[in-house]
Amino acid sequence: MSSAIIEVENLTKRYGDVQALRGVSFSVHEGEVFGLLGPNGAGKTTTVEILEGLRPADGGRATVCGLDPHASGDALKQEIGAVLQSTALPDKIRVSEALNMFASFYTRHRDVGQLLERFGLEEKRQAFYSQLSGGQKQRLALALSLVNEPRVVFLDEPTAGLDPQVRREIYSIIEELKSKRKTILLTTHYIEEAERLCDHVAIVDQGRVIALGSPRELKQRSAGKTRIEIRLARPEPDGALGQLEAVSGCRSTDGVYVVHSTGVPRTIVALVKYLEAQGNELASLEIAAPSLEDVFLELTGRRLRD
Amino acid sequence: MRLAMRNRAFLIFSLIVPLLFLFLFLGLLAHNDPAAVPYRLASVLALTVMGSFWGLSVQLVTFREQGILRRFRLAPVSAGAMLASSILSNYLMTLPTVAIEFGVARWVFHMQGWGNLLGVAVLVTLGITTFAALGLIVASVTNTMQETQIINQLLWWAFLILSGATVPLPLLPGWLQNVALFLPATYLVAGFQRVMVGRGGLLGIGPEVLSLAVSAGLAFLVSQQLFRWEPEAKVPRRAKYWAASALIPFLLLGIWESAHNRLRATSLMDYLSIQPKSDTDK
Repeated sequence: MSSAIIEVENLTKRYGDVQALRGVSFSVHEGEVFGLLGPNGAGKTTTVEILEGLRPADGGRATVCGLDPHASGDALKQEIGAVLQSTALPDKIRVSEALNMFASFYTRHRDVGQLLERFGLEEKRQAFYSQLSGGQKQRLALALSLVNEPRVVFLDEPTAGLDPQVRREIYSIIEELKSKRKTILLTTHYIEEAERLCDHVAIVDQGRVIALGSPRELKQRSAGKTRIEIRLARPEPDGALGQLEAVSGCRSTDGVYVVHSTGVPRTIVALVKYLEAQGNELASLEIAAPSLEDVFLELTGRRLRD
Repeated sequence: MRLAMRNRAFLIFSLIVPLLFLFLFLGLLAHNDPAAVPYRLASVLALTVMGSFWGLSVQLVTFREQGILRRFRLAPVSAGAMLASSILSNYLMTLPTVAIEFGVARWVFHMQGWGNLLGVAVLVTLGITTFAALGLIVASVTNTMQETQIINQLLWWAFLILSGATVPLPLLPGWLQNVALFLPATYLVAGFQRVMVGRGGLLGIGPEVLSLAVSAGLAFLVSQQLFRWEPEAKVPRRAKYWAASALIPFLLLGIWESAHNRLRATSLMDYLSIQPKSDTDK
């Protein structure tokens, strides 16, 4: 296995009364896409900003490309690229000017014309930043993050707030980078993004890594506990559905009962019999293979976007 | 490294406001008297140079509030390089305004001669560095654009009224003249008046050049110390002491001038030199 290019050990960070990180540890190997998956406020951005050298950690240890992010300054900046969550460029800078200016900061940089072509920004090269759409701004941010041929790219919520079509465009760019064995650390609260793009995922909640592994490994934890989503004509008490055969857990949100079952056919038969006895009817029933959302739900009792 | 931005605030304060002052001062106050034009042009030059603090402070706060500085922070660019390049771009973009002002004074308002251009060049360079760095300091000791604008307004009006740029220093009440001796703007205005009216060489504006040079360096160092990349980073308490230290040269010079009255004497001399025929613009 290739060596770790990012190592994080027991990282802690506090903002006033808020303990943002409570001992985060993980490592990222060269050439992989590693995801930090968690709800807003879980500590994903703080972790990434410490690794980018934008914030000091209170405790623990982190290295990126063998360098201490806080102490190494420009040496690290030459090696990394990043799309930040809350950032912008001056309104009146043109697309090609922005790329040329950032390229000029680095000792090693890519051809700006190629970047414009790859990111579909050729037609917009003379446009001001303020004239770009949300998707175009994000494509420019991605192009800027790659302008120095970085060894590691940090993408902090790269598709947050974008419409589905633009999101898919960004996915295909990240997939292309993945095929070129670029090391990427991605933060997201979208399950689809983590499952589709990441080789390994750390599920983060309240400043801690609560699960770590490949999406497949993580989902295997929920194996044997298939999720059944049930809508009924009339509400039933949660406890009643939880008593059905082969059900390991049940909860309801907005009229949808989410039942975890270790034996789907037995649970469904028992459900139908129960509803008949109660004079109730099934409005809809959906059986879903376990997802990372289920893993998160199982570990925290909450949904990712609660 | 280039950071020449298309900034509306910059355009207003570096081109439009100076040109308005130019026509106001030369058209109305010089009374078509070519002999008075160099004196009024000196005021306009000083205002042009002083305006650089306004554009840069607004730009820096905007960049910080919008998260633009965070993006630059990811690149291998130091705060010093960022600040130096913004001062340099401000300087290069102010030079055409200065040239236009000279052209208009000479060909529209019939100014005779060009004054001491070397002295003008030195004062423009040192003045822009000092006042632009002061603007960067203002941007760093304020947390929001609103605070920045309030401080800018206060400074601008103090510079405008007390420096001798609008009301000639000898016409101010004595106690206000004493206050003015502690303002950097006063030395800039007096310097420009010397080289435009008195046609004095660089030696004649020695104290002005020295004080502007020292404070340009000091203000730049202070602006580097105070620079904040992140909008949420708070202004540290030591910032106020750092900011105050940029004014030390003018505090010392003010004390010295209060004792020796050199600047007041030369200002009076320059002012009287444009009054032989009329005394109407009081």
